[in-house]
Amino acid sequence: MSTATRPATGSEPEPAAQAGPPSGAAPAAVGRERGRRRAHRRNLFSALLFLSPWIVGFLVFTAWPMIYSAYLSLTDYDVINNPEFIGIQNYVDLASDEKLLLALGNTAIFTLLQVPLYVVVSLALALLLDRAGRASGFYRTVFFLPKMTPPVAVGVLFLLLFNGQNGLVNGVLGFFGIDGPSWTTDPAWVKPGLVFMSLWTVGASVIILLAALRNVPKELYESAQLDGAGFWRQSFSVTLPMISPALFFIIVVNTIAGLQTFDEAYTAFFGAGNTTYSNDAALFYVIYLFQQAFEYLHMGYASAMAWLLFVVIMIITAIQLVVSRRLVYYEGDR
Amino acid sequence: MRIGHRALGAAALTAAAGLMLGGCAVGTGGQSNDTNAKYDPDAKLSGTLTIMGFGGEDEVATARMDLAETELGDVDVKLIKGDLDIQQFLSSVASGEPPSLLYADRDQIGSLAARGAIIPLEDCIDGEGIETGDFVESALDQVTLDGTVYGIPEFNSVQLTMADQQLLDGAGVTIDDVNGSDRTAMTDAAAKLVQRDGDNVKVIGVDSKLPEFLALWVAAAGGSLISDDGRTAQLDSEEAVSSLEWAAGIYEEQGGFPAIKATRDAADFFGAGNQFATNTLGAMPMEQWYLNVLNEVSPDAPMAFDTVRTTDGDPIAYATGSAWAIPSGSDNPEAACRWARAMTSVDAWRAAADARLSARNDAGLPFTGILTGNTVADEEIKGMTTADEEPWASGVAAMYEANDHTFSLPANPADAEFEDAMFEAVNSVLTSGADPAEALAKAQETAQKALDDGWAELEG
Repeated sequence: MSTATRPATGSEPEPAAQAGPPSGAAPAAVGRERGRRRAHRRNLFSALLFLSPWIVGFLVFTAWPMIYSAYLSLTDYDVINNPEFIGIQNYVDLASDEKLLLALGNTAIFTLLQVPLYVVVSLALALLLDRAGRASGFYRTVFFLPKMTPPVAVGVLFLLLFNGQNGLVNGVLGFFGIDGPSWTTDPAWVKPGLVFMSLWTVGASVIILLAALRNVPKELYESAQLDGAGFWRQSFSVTLPMISPALFFIIVVNTIAGLQTFDEAYTAFFGAGNTTYSNDAALFYVIYLFQQAFEYLHMGYASAMAWLLFVVIMIITAIQLVVSRRLVYYEGDR
Repeated sequence: MRIGHRALGAAALTAAAGLMLGGCAVGTGGQSNDTNAKYDPDAKLSGTLTIMGFGGEDEVATARMDLAETELGDVDVKLIKGDLDIQQFLSSVASGEPPSLLYADRDQIGSLAARGAIIPLEDCIDGEGIETGDFVESALDQVTLDGTVYGIPEFNSVQLTMADQQLLDGAGVTIDDVNGSDRTAMTDAAAKLVQRDGDNVKVIGVDSKLPEFLALWVAAAGGSLISDDGRTAQLDSEEAVSSLEWAAGIYEEQGGFPAIKATRDAADFFGAGNQFATNTLGAMPMEQWYLNVLNEVSPDAPMAFDTVRTTDGDPIAYATGSAWAIPSGSDNPEAACRWARAMTSVDAWRAAADARLSARNDAGLPFTGILTGNTVADEEIKGMTTADEEPWASGVAAMYEANDHTFSLPANPADAEFEDAMFEAVNSVLTSGADPAEALAKAQETAQKALDDGWAELEG
């Protein structure tokens, strides 16, 4: 039955009828429409084909493990034996786990110390590089190179550089008459030491900020100078607003990385064969999660911990997004 | 009530997801102890033997491997090189494709056995005729859970008292003052030997090697951190508290643990600039393999050796080492069992000792022995040692004496949590000044809960 002769039923036309050509349309128009649809389908198929490696990778290595982890978080599972469904017991146990609170606190302190320092140092280096002229390419490479160092090696290096007795850091401090602390053995100094060590990989952020600085229109500075604005005024009224999207990106990414910090601290204080103890000052959340999963074989509990961390990160990121609406300037915004 | 198509679809999807998840999360442990394997020393074996956790890189390993491969005949042996990666092993067990044979630290055997990741070896021992009576008793205890043997032990690590004779002489103390037999004397010796420059420690007087050796000091005082059956934590016992107070107090006498630790970490431990060669450590208890390192890298170091001693003056050592275990679901348990038997046999150790002796002769170095975990082999190899000159002769003698006086912590189903609880308590005393009795009481609670849970899971 053609749509042209179909009797009114009082209901909305079916999608197929809606999408069809208007009654009385010329055959050429109908042909064009069909051709357009075929092209659209071909394009969609091609797009999906090219995207399929990522889609398959996402489904297999991200989506599926997440779903599976959510399921395991409701079980008692030791990897070897069958999981036993225990409902929300793991989540109930999280609330009374003192060590988990300690790990959360350590992670929060580390992140609160690390992110601002990381951003300030990145920005300072980017500002210097912005004025380095043709040499900036060389320095940009130099700053980025440490990022290529495996985190495990950085963890070992930390113990050497920050040794309170004969480490290079205290040697330099001693040159200026400062008696350096026991970074690796005094619990009060373990986290600050790890924060300073994390600056080792500041290069990637420097490059992002440098690109943002290079994109600030020169006319804005000229206008500001005409209005009598000095360096600081220009920095706060022109530079920072114009690079605020890049700064925001770095803050969000580093906050998430800070909350997930693992490698360096684990290598230095918890890894196999290490002989240095932090009295749990370096027990970060993911390290405790790893211990529960792979040392104590409490995989269900570790899965619940992973989901708690996911929620914490989501909340913090959401807060950052809300705050960013007031502080971040996007040129395209109206 | 009318249920819409979408609701039905969602329900079906949820059910399917639940079935898939449940299906995926299938463990293999605890189900396959009965392998139907027939262990017979005369049986002709075939197939593949995959071994996880065994490096097989020095002459002590390769000499034994040659012998074991001969005994296995047509079996194709494949090593998954490197130290045991417990994640890798558990993943392989969970996926139903475990290695045929596992080489693990003895203190991991209890947990793996409790979870059904490895199988009991009684049939293997009986079938292949493994002489368990030849093994060091404490080593065998460490792989025995609830009366059942789960591992074939090999190698033994024991501690010796190692000291710098030059520093001892300078401070007017003797090795008897630092071997643990008189704890007051040892604390006094530490105070006499230590050399400081402001807050920095230039020379450590005595390192009591906490937290690793708390178990040693507790045993030396007549106690134990855990009951013989592996069910009851004894971290808050009188011996544990007094030993921790004393061993931590030694650090306090010398400027505190953080300063000592920083100096300890700064040493070129395995090199020619080690702490004894550079006269920056008075004395410490240390595993016997370090004797070999010192002899090789700093043969002129002014060493003095003794066993570690109980408060009654008797030798004592805390034995640790490795063991062979057969995973649940092993595809070739017969070959795994024969390999374990061959690698720990007296013949294999004799071949290994010959190879080591030859290598040491070639290098112009004395042969300081190997502790095998097999008492018959140990006795034979002891006669092959060539460390005739002092101080190394005394070191070798102390090593064999210590090996005759070992204890171990019994296998239990929560070894990692137990050890972490103990370490945490000791570290809080060392680095935060926590009260030893309170710290150990808290650790006791944590460790006992882990043990109770572990045993309940094993028996439930």
